[in-house]
Amino acid sequence: MKEQRQHHPPSWAQRLVEWYCKPGLVEDLMGDLYECFERNVRSIGPRRAKLVYIIDAFKFFRSYTVRRSIFVNPFINRIMIGSYVKTSGRNIMRNKLFSFINILGLAVSMSVGLLLIAFVLDLRSYDRFHKNGERIYRITNILTSNNEENGKFASTSIKTGKLIREKVTGIEEVTIMRNDFSGDAKVGDNILPIKGFWAEPSLFRIFTFPMVEGNPETALKDPYSVVLTETAARKLFGNQAALGKAIRIDTLVYQVTGIMKDVPFFSHISFEALVSLSTAEQTNKGDKHFASWTNMWSNSVYIMPSVNANMTAIRSQLNALAKEENLAEENTKIQLELLPLYNIVVGESLRQSEGGPGFTGPHMPPIVLWILGGLAFIVILSACFNYTNLSIARAMRRIKEIGLRKTIGAGKGQVRLQFLAEAVMISLAALLFSFLLFLVLRPMLINMAPEMQRMVKLDLTPSMVAAFIVFSVTVGVIAGFLPAIFFSKISPINAFRSISSVKMFKHLTLRRALVVIQYTVTLIFITTTTIGYVQYKNILAFDLGFSTANILNINMLNNKPDALLKELREMPEVTALSRSLITTGVGNAWGGNMKYKDSRDSALVMTNHVDENYLPLHDYKLVAGGNFIARPTTALAVSEVIVNEQVLKRFNIGANNPRKAIGEQITLNGRKMTIVGVMQDFHYGKVENLIGPVAFTFWTPEDRAIISAKIQSADMPATVARIESVWKKIDRVHPFTAEFYDEEIKDAYSEFSTMIKIIGFLSFLAISIASMGLFGMVVFTTETRLKEIGIRKVMGANVGNLIYLLSRGFLFLLSVSALIALPATYLFFKTVVLPHFPYHAPVQITELFVGLLAVLLVAFIMIGAQTWKAARSNPVKVLKIE
Amino acid sequence: MKGTNLGEFEELVLLTVAALMSEAYSVAICDELSNHTGRSVKLGVVHAVLNRLEEKGLVKSELGEATKARGGKRKRFYQLTMQGKTALVSAKSMRDELWARIPSLAWKKM
Repeated sequence: MKEQRQHHPPSWAQRLVEWYCKPGLVEDLMGDLYECFERNVRSIGPRRAKLVYIIDAFKFFRSYTVRRSIFVNPFINRIMIGSYVKTSGRNIMRNKLFSFINILGLAVSMSVGLLLIAFVLDLRSYDRFHKNGERIYRITNILTSNNEENGKFASTSIKTGKLIREKVTGIEEVTIMRNDFSGDAKVGDNILPIKGFWAEPSLFRIFTFPMVEGNPETALKDPYSVVLTETAARKLFGNQAALGKAIRIDTLVYQVTGIMKDVPFFSHISFEALVSLSTAEQTNKGDKHFASWTNMWSNSVYIMPSVNANMTAIRSQLNALAKEENLAEENTKIQLELLPLYNIVVGESLRQSEGGPGFTGPHMPPIVLWILGGLAFIVILSACFNYTNLSIARAMRRIKEIGLRKTIGAGKGQVRLQFLAEAVMISLAALLFSFLLFLVLRPMLINMAPEMQRMVKLDLTPSMVAAFIVFSVTVGVIAGFLPAIFFSKISPINAFRSISSVKMFKHLTLRRALVVIQYTVTLIFITTTTIGYVQYKNILAFDLGFSTANILNINMLNNKPDALLKELREMPEVTALSRSLITTGVGNAWGGNMKYKDSRDSALVMTNHVDENYLPLHDYKLVAGGNFIARPTTALAVSEVIVNEQVLKRFNIGANNPRKAIGEQITLNGRKMTIVGVMQDFHYGKVENLIGPVAFTFWTPEDRAIISAKIQSADMPATVARIESVWKKIDRVHPFTAEFYDEEIKDAYSEFSTMIKIIGFLSFLAISIASMGLFGMVVFTTETRLKEIGIRKVMGANVGNLIYLLSRGFLFLLSVSALIALPATYLFFKTVVLPHFPYHAPVQITELFVGLLAVLLVAFIMIGAQTWKAARSNPVKVLKIE
Repeated sequence: MKGTNLGEFEELVLLTVAALMSEAYSVAICDELSNHTGRSVKLGVVHAVLNRLEEKGLVKSELGEATKARGGKRKRFYQLTMQGKTALVSAKSMRDELWARIPSLAWKKM
């Protein structure tokens, strides 16, 4: 059976006609339209019939069909806005306390919103200066080695770029950049460390980096040519012309072939100099690995497809290309993906190998922005609740005004508009204050972390100001929404009856619910801060398994450590010295491949190269064996290894008896080594990582060096200054980079301290906003109950009774909030946060209740002071009025 | 108002209302006009004209019975008023007079 489906004209078009049409005309007009529609369905099909219906619906909008009120209402509203502003202004002035609470609360909370808006706008302005930005993509490598997903990398191989250039169609430009070009540039006596990329001429065709001098087409073509930014050129050459001059960078001599404008702040790639990629190709001529498919650690490839290119076709070509290359590889599979330029800074987190700073540039995962936005939203909402609560609570005072307006002829819509206008006025006033706060908080936010300084400026731009105003109006509308609905519903008859008959306490549940939500949020914030803070302190004080006290780690950069060691040995404050390749326990890692007897069973172990003084200086505990015996001077001669207990466990060496493991042979990075010592397990990585197998081998002069100096001194800063002056003698160019071990650990967890600072600040705001709201409510309730209190006092109630009577309701609300908030926070930490930290300390009851106590204390003072004042008032005075 | 003078299209609509008798509602008028004049007549135009005629008092209207066919909406039926009839008659007689003034000889030469 085949039945014709029933077709209906689009409902929104019907509603449109119903809305604008005069009531007298609407019925037959819609009937006519419907008849035509049905006819059209049969003759030209339902889809076109609908289209015709929509067109007709608009065509019937004529002077004779349209209700007059549609034109008149907005006009009246515009006239009335002046009146609304006037009455709102009077109302604000009349209730100074309430207006103050509202404006201050909104201002404080909105300042957070302003900061966030500025932050997001700054992040979104990254890389927008590139003219072809929308068409630029970066290649992402997805690495799978030994059937194990290794994640997505921001880097790729040089070969990828070359293959794309040769084989993939539909692409206008490809450019390869190799990161980590750095060296000391030398012009005459002027030496300056310089950082940048190896790059190709096509870079200037893809990106918008304007050239000041030199030809962008050829500047990066020949080997040993360098393009400097204006700043770098000025630093090196002063006011002399730099173009065509020679620079010695480390051991090679380059020619300056171009001067370009400085890289804008909001660029995800930043550099001082670009060196032609052909230079790197020449210097690595003998290295087959240099341009191989799997050497994907230090290059990025950007592509710019031609206008109107078919992206699906390009993607499938990339997949085919990767597939072909993967055939030749045994254990490694690499897939290629495209990442749009605008999604690099705010977008998916990608891994990077040991890239130097500035390589992948600033990055912010969107989830963090969402979380911050959510938190800010909660705080702002809390301030909006204050407004809602206080306005509805004071409804009684304004009910007559509304009644009068309605009697004279104001419609619901107009009353609603009036209250929205009032709320928006308050929020605009709050915007002024919050903007001042924004100016105060801005430097604090930027200086909170060094990453921040590199990431954002938070300078005012016109779009930012516009966003601020839109934001403030939105906040006003949210705050005024409920009061507007409430007041528009008041019937004029009720308004003029005696006040008590108005059912204004009908909304009590709503107001109570708002207070409970406010306090729950506040408590969650504050307990999160305390728990987070205690956990953070625990992490800093965590026993890593070795000592870090009073140890200064000096990064030797490229200098040989011997000269400095000699000087340091002569300083009386320095009690011990050692050399190592990296600093452990702060997130640095150096890996190696270890095998035991079974040559097929290999495992990744973390390594460090240390000298004979390293273990005693850091107080590593040996469970068996001893320190290194041999003192090799080349990496090839290294034959001894000290391992931790995890290594023994992993390879089952010596059947769990460390003593038996001594003298056993293992293979580390393909070289046979003898175990000479077994260390107790310690934290090589950060505290959130599980302890894994670790092996120490002997430090040789071929390695980079970090000098650890144990210092015993009454005046640490002076000692460090003395060491710095010694450094200056050895290296005139590079700044002294040294830090105390404990400070380095603190830095390693700086994201935690940043997080705690942010949440702490927000919880401070939340608690002050909630307290202000509570204060307003208490003032209001006690004011309205003054007479009741007077009578009660006359009848014999004492102050204690009265305080109990007045504060009981609020205390009940607070306890409900505490009952919701504390278990919620506890569960959140227990199930979400702490499982990431296998070595965490348990959450203590005290931490949970400290926040509660603080909130309660503030609330008590607030409630207590007001109720005390009311309860102490003289009943004669209160009852005498009238 | 422009007085009681009828425009060309107004006259056609008015005539159709008269011709359709009790079945004169907007869609029917629209159809009838399209059939007889051979030009495509838009419903919106007819609607507007009917409205104007009613304002001038040449037609009167009332809502009919609800039917299922129009989504449950009633039709508005139009009827000529006395004024409407007079307007049509006077328009016709005016034309007839003018016709009569053309000498037949002159007419043939053209």
